[in-house]
Amino acid sequence: MIRHKPKVVWIQAITCNGNTHSLLSSNYSRFELFLNSFDFFYHPSLTTQNSLEDVFSLKEIDFLLIEGAISSNKEFYSISNNDTLSLLEKLANKSKYIICVGSCASYGGVHAKFEENKQIKGVSDYLISWNLEKIKHPIINLTGCPVHPEWILQTLFSLKQRETIALDENKRPKEIYYGLAHHGCTRNEYFEWKVEAKSFGVKEGCLFYEQGCRAPMTHSNCNRILWNDVNSKTRAGMPCIGCTEFDFPRNNMLETKKNIGIPMDVPLGINKRAYLTLTGVAKTFKIDRLNKKLIE
Amino acid sequence: MSAKELKKNNIIENALKLFSKKGFYNTTIPDIAKAMKMSVGNMYNYFASKEELAKYAIKYSTNILANQLKEINHKQISSKEKIFLFTKQYLENVKNSPEVIEYFLRVYLSNREVFAQGCEGFLCVSEFVTEVMILLDEGAQSGEFREQEFFTAFSMIMGCLGGFAFLSGEKVLDKDLIEYSNSISENIYRALKSDKA
Repeated sequence: MIRHKPKVVWIQAITCNGNTHSLLSSNYSRFELFLNSFDFFYHPSLTTQNSLEDVFSLKEIDFLLIEGAISSNKEFYSISNNDTLSLLEKLANKSKYIICVGSCASYGGVHAKFEENKQIKGVSDYLISWNLEKIKHPIINLTGCPVHPEWILQTLFSLKQRETIALDENKRPKEIYYGLAHHGCTRNEYFEWKVEAKSFGVKEGCLFYEQGCRAPMTHSNCNRILWNDVNSKTRAGMPCIGCTEFDFPRNNMLETKKNIGIPMDVPLGINKRAYLTLTGVAKTFKIDRLNKKLIE
Repeated sequence: MSAKELKKNNIIENALKLFSKKGFYNTTIPDIAKAMKMSVGNMYNYFASKEELAKYAIKYSTNILANQLKEINHKQISSKEKIFLFTKQYLENVKNSPEVIEYFLRVYLSNREVFAQGCEGFLCVSEFVTEVMILLDEGAQSGEFREQEFFTAFSMIMGCLGGFAFLSGEKVLDKDLIEYSNSISENIYRALKSDKA
């Protein structure tokens, strides 16, 4: 176990600040515990005593958290006269743990779709061939747009305590990403009986068949570890847009892609033929209770 | 397959012939027992009622089509070729075992009240409908078929084939049924195909 307060440095590359906002929305007492347990040395958007120059003069960083995508294009985007790649280079070499906070840092995210700058990529895409001197653990991707604040804190606390965590094939912590956003969805009964939501924002109905919901194929725990401790997209009547997956953002995210009325993608791990048979059968039941308003 | 299941299938095959020829209400359990050379009492060891037998019969007959279409769907051929193969096979079914298709047209579609409980919607024909879905879905994904609603596409295929089975049953066609295969397939394909295909 690390005895001193581990140094946490948060840097921002090409980002909208969404993950920073998310961090600031974390559970109050959890955030306080974080500040008491870690040395939150630097964050460019928050008031800290230290400047980026102070960060450069550090010999060692325990946790380097990166928000935003990286580009090797020097003309394009720079911070304090550093392009994002050289900034990463300066800090990665002295970090014990490197954590990509959000989809942009993990794999380029929305910025990687920007065709004018083809060098925009995720942190791992650049660091993969580097010999990182101090690194103690494979790079960790916390995907999500934005990341859930609890995922950041849980990852930091777990590493502080145990020094290692299990990762999936996309370098995401298994503990957080093993299940699907579908798990814990309060609309599961509507999904079972194929009762569609009539519009966004209502409590009744499933959002999978018409509104593009990706919860049955998205690895995330946001229906179990709720946002602001109270809610999730699907609970509020907004379809899951699959923001923790590596194909995010997709086109037409609020539509279910269909071929001749048949959903192109079916829930993860289910044979399409079997799924279509089940769907056809389930649709034949008309359950009055599920076709009524929950609160009249 | 157990001896009991074999016997059940045998009863269904005989019942299909009688139902499709005489209709559901004009066919009695004693008629079927007689065709089977079984006692009426023994018949009830296999099926509790005529309605139950009718429901098994619709599953049995559509599963024949489902299995044929499934085999076609598994082939590495274009969707156009799949339509041509399935049409040909369907017409061969109409020619060789007309009772299977006739039962669907003359009992399942005409005596809906018999199937109202336990065979609602796709419940008893779901395996076949699924195969049509797979056929259409794969055709649309590869760009061979144009985008349209499922039911309009479904009825283009099945309406056309069912209509021809009816014409054949009424004995109004001049030529052998199989000779129509290519032009029916062509019609179905043209109704489904994408403008770019």
